[in-house]
Amino acid sequence: MVTAASRNGRVSAKIVGGVATSHVPAIGAAIDQGKTTDDYWAPLFKGFEKSQKWVKDLNPDVAIVVYNDHATAFSLELIPTFALGCAEEFPIADEGWGARPVPPVCGHPDLAWHIAQSLILDEFDLTIANRLEVDHGLTVPLSLLFGQPARWPCPVIPLCVNVVQYPPPTGNRCYNLGKAIQRAVESFDEDLRVVVFGTGGMSHQLQAERAGLINSEFDNRFLDDLVNRPDKARAIPHLEYLREAGSEGIELVMWLVMRGALSKKVREIHRHYHVPASNTAVGHLILENDLP
Amino acid sequence: MTLSNDYQDIPGTYVFDAKHSRLGYHLNMFCMSLRHAENRDAFKANEISYLEQFTMSQEQRDAVLGRQWNDMLRLGGNIYYTSKLAATDGLTFQDLAAIMTGSSREQYRKMMVNGGRPIDGNRSKSEWTRER
Repeated sequence: MVTAASRNGRVSAKIVGGVATSHVPAIGAAIDQGKTTDDYWAPLFKGFEKSQKWVKDLNPDVAIVVYNDHATAFSLELIPTFALGCAEEFPIADEGWGARPVPPVCGHPDLAWHIAQSLILDEFDLTIANRLEVDHGLTVPLSLLFGQPARWPCPVIPLCVNVVQYPPPTGNRCYNLGKAIQRAVESFDEDLRVVVFGTGGMSHQLQAERAGLINSEFDNRFLDDLVNRPDKARAIPHLEYLREAGSEGIELVMWLVMRGALSKKVREIHRHYHVPASNTAVGHLILENDLP
Repeated sequence: MTLSNDYQDIPGTYVFDAKHSRLGYHLNMFCMSLRHAENRDAFKANEISYLEQFTMSQEQRDAVLGRQWNDMLRLGGNIYYTSKLAATDGLTFQDLAAIMTGSSREQYRKMMVNGGRPIDGNRSKSEWTRER
């Protein structure tokens, strides 16, 4: 296998896979309360069995998790469009109903700081977070992929994207940030295998009289385009997300960061789509680089 | 450059843009305070006096005290913030969605299990005025 390290003739970190998944808080509650085999939840969790095996076999050294904060660590006082968690540890937040009973999230400050510096010099002026409580946006994807271990199997670098205050960054900006993350990871002089998670979505609206909106046609087209026609997916305007995927469906721009961090051509290892989890259409992809 | 706000044509939806964010700043910061258990307890002990700490309009206060969830959104509330008030009341996101759409919990849950609210007929305000 040709690796980034052997191509360059030196040791470097590399991105070995991409995960896209919804991060619905009710999924976390179902896991924490032991309801994953209930009739309502079983079909959803069934779709993550293969993914848990995939990530266990892959055994990554670091996970970069692109997620959004839901009025937890960031309020309206400070609204960074992109914030990168560079701390040693990220505490689990109480979001208003008590903290999830999951292990604290350990960071990877060496790689995180390297990425932060590399991104800023690459003209992505992100915010550096040295203290960051993480909410369901980050912990639910970890639970879906890693189950319920006593400690998470690898360090995590949180990349928090504003999607609460309109406008979030464009899909194109997110995709290009992913490209810059790929460059940053590959310029880190340590043999680390990195997985990138893009989380949130798919179609859902939590607010007002149109709450409960689901658009399976939009979602499935988005899954196809994200995998095979990323140039089309990254051109989707905000209005289309808001109208077609619901006001909270715009979280899907975060999947484009993950997609941008992979090669132009990818292999789709696994796909899962399920309606509903509470108010939300759940989508999930496992992708690997399809290197020549 | 003129910023487009064509999203205002989406029915039953408040896009949390600059206008909303400015209008709802103190309302949302009140909701944010409920992230801490001791604040939840203080609020539950005396809602009116707790709210006095926040420079909210009377309309916003009334919406909070009366749990008028859609009014809170109209007055600048954001769902991720107002959901913290809902959580204080022991409501889940799905309970809250049922209330905001004028459905019973069971009706709403059934709609979701059957595939959710369809997109057809729900794209534009013109489609809602025609039907209602």
